[in-house]
Amino acid sequence: MIEVRGLRKSFDGVEAVRGVDFAVEAGEIVGFLGQNGAGKTTTMRMLTTLLRPTSGTAVVAGHDLLTDPRGVRRRIGYVAQGNSTNPLNPVGDELELQAMLHGMRAAEARQRVAEVLDRLDLTGLAGRVGGALSGGQRRRFDIAFGLLHRPPLLFLDEPTTGLDPQSRADLWRHIRALRDEQGMTVFLTTHYLEEADALCDRLLIIDAGRIVAEGTPEELKRRVAGDDPDAPVPTLDDVFLTLTDKERV
Amino acid sequence: MSGMRDTYLIFRHNMRIQLRHKSAVLFGAAQPALFLVLFGPLFTSVGTWEILVPGLIVQLALFSAGLAGFGIVFDVRFGVLDRLRVTPAGRTPLLLGRVLGNVAVLLVQTVLLLALGYAFGLRAPLPGVLLGLALIVPLGVSLASLSYAVALTIDQETFAPMVSTVIVPLTLLSGAFLPMSMAPPWLDAVSRLTPFRYVVEALREMFTGHYATPAVAAGAAVTAALTALCLALAARVFARATA
Repeated sequence: MIEVRGLRKSFDGVEAVRGVDFAVEAGEIVGFLGQNGAGKTTTMRMLTTLLRPTSGTAVVAGHDLLTDPRGVRRRIGYVAQGNSTNPLNPVGDELELQAMLHGMRAAEARQRVAEVLDRLDLTGLAGRVGGALSGGQRRRFDIAFGLLHRPPLLFLDEPTTGLDPQSRADLWRHIRALRDEQGMTVFLTTHYLEEADALCDRLLIIDAGRIVAEGTPEELKRRVAGDDPDAPVPTLDDVFLTLTDKERV
Repeated sequence: MSGMRDTYLIFRHNMRIQLRHKSAVLFGAAQPALFLVLFGPLFTSVGTWEILVPGLIVQLALFSAGLAGFGIVFDVRFGVLDRLRVTPAGRTPLLLGRVLGNVAVLLVQTVLLLALGYAFGLRAPLPGVLLGLALIVPLGVSLASLSYAVALTIDQETFAPMVSTVIVPLTLLSGAFLPMSMAPPWLDAVSRLTPFRYVVEALREMFTGHYATPAVAAGAAVTAALTALCLALAARVFARATA
C-alpha cells in the first residue's frame, strides 16, 4: 500500500528527513514513532502530497507520489495533527464540501456524511460549529473528513494527542474497527508508546530523520531484551529509548 | 470541467460563510461609507460626488478584497487549507473559488456604497455605473489574489498590520480623495507608479458619462494587467508544495 525509497526533505539546507525506506502492506495498522522533531510529520506530509520531497520516490495507494499526486489524493484519507475545521463553521457543511470535492453529488454527499457520522458515534452533531464540540468529538470529526470517500489508506497524524484516556480508548476502538471491518490500511504517527503497543501491528521508529528500527511491538521488545531468559520483559518505552539511543529522564 | 465545479463548490461554501456573518460584510464597507457621509458634504464644496465616489469605491476595494487573505490565515491555522489540499481538487480552483467569493462581497458592498452616494447627490449615468462595476470585478480579483499570495508567504502574525499599513498610502496615492492633478509634481510622479490611480481616473470618467477616453482605456489596461499578474502569482503560491 505504501512503498518508500530514499525519501528526503531539507528545509533551508537542514535535513529533516534523511533518506527513509519502508513499506506498508494492505490491511496493516502501522505506527510511526519518534520524538518531536524526529521527522514523523514531515514524512507524513510528503506521503500525503502536502510537501514535495527533496529527493526520493514513493508509491502510495498505487500511485506515484511525484508523477500522480492527484491519484494519490483520490485514494488516501489524511487527518492532520491538530484540527481540520474552523471553530465558527458548522462541521456538517464542511463535511459535505469535502465529500463533494471528492466528486460526490450533493445528495450522495449528504448520505455519506450521515453514514460516517453514524459510524463514529457523531449522529446529530453535524449542525454544531467546531468550537462547540468536546475534544474527543472534534477529533472524531477530523477522522470523519478522512473517511468520506472510502479511501483504502488512512493517514493519522498524532490522532489522540490532547485527549483524555476515555476519548483515547474510544478512538482506538474506531481505528481498529476501520481495519477489521473495512480492511483499511492505517498509517499513524504517535509519541504515545502505549498507543503504539495497543493499536499497531507493526512499528517504524524514526530518529533524527532516519528509520532506526522496524518490526512488530513484540519483535522490537525481544530485540532489546536480548538472549537473557531471566531479563525482565522490556516495555515499549525501553525499546524506544534503547533504539533511539536516548537516556531515560 | 471538474475545475469549474470545484471552483463553484468553494465559491458557494465561502459565500455561505460570508452570509452567516452579514455584519462583517457591512463593517467591511463602513470606512468608505463614513468617508462619504462625513467627508462627502465637505468635499462637494470644492468637487463633485462623481469625483469622490469613484475614489471611495477603490478605497473600498483595497480594504475589502485587499484584506481577503486574512481569512486564509485562519484556515491555515485551523488546518482547513491542508484538509482541502488533500482532496483531488486542483490548487487553482481552491484559490479561484475563494477569490470569486470575495469579489461577490465587494460587489454587494459597492452597490450599497453607490446607493448611499445616490442618496447624497451622486448623479452618475447608469451605463457608467455598470461599466464601473465591470471594472471592479477584475480589480477585486487582482486584490484578493494578491492578498492570498501575501498571506501565504509572510508570517501569519504580520499579515494584518502589514497589509493595512500598505493600503493607506496606496489609497492616498490613488487620488481617491482628491484628484492627483492637484498634487505637487513629485507626488504626482509617485502616484503614476501605482496602478490604482488609473482605476480611479477611469471610474471618474465613466461616472461622468465619458467612456471612449484615454483614461478609461488606461484604467482597463492597467486593471487587466494587474489581474493577470496577481492571479498568476497567487496560483503559483497556492500550488507551491509548502503553501
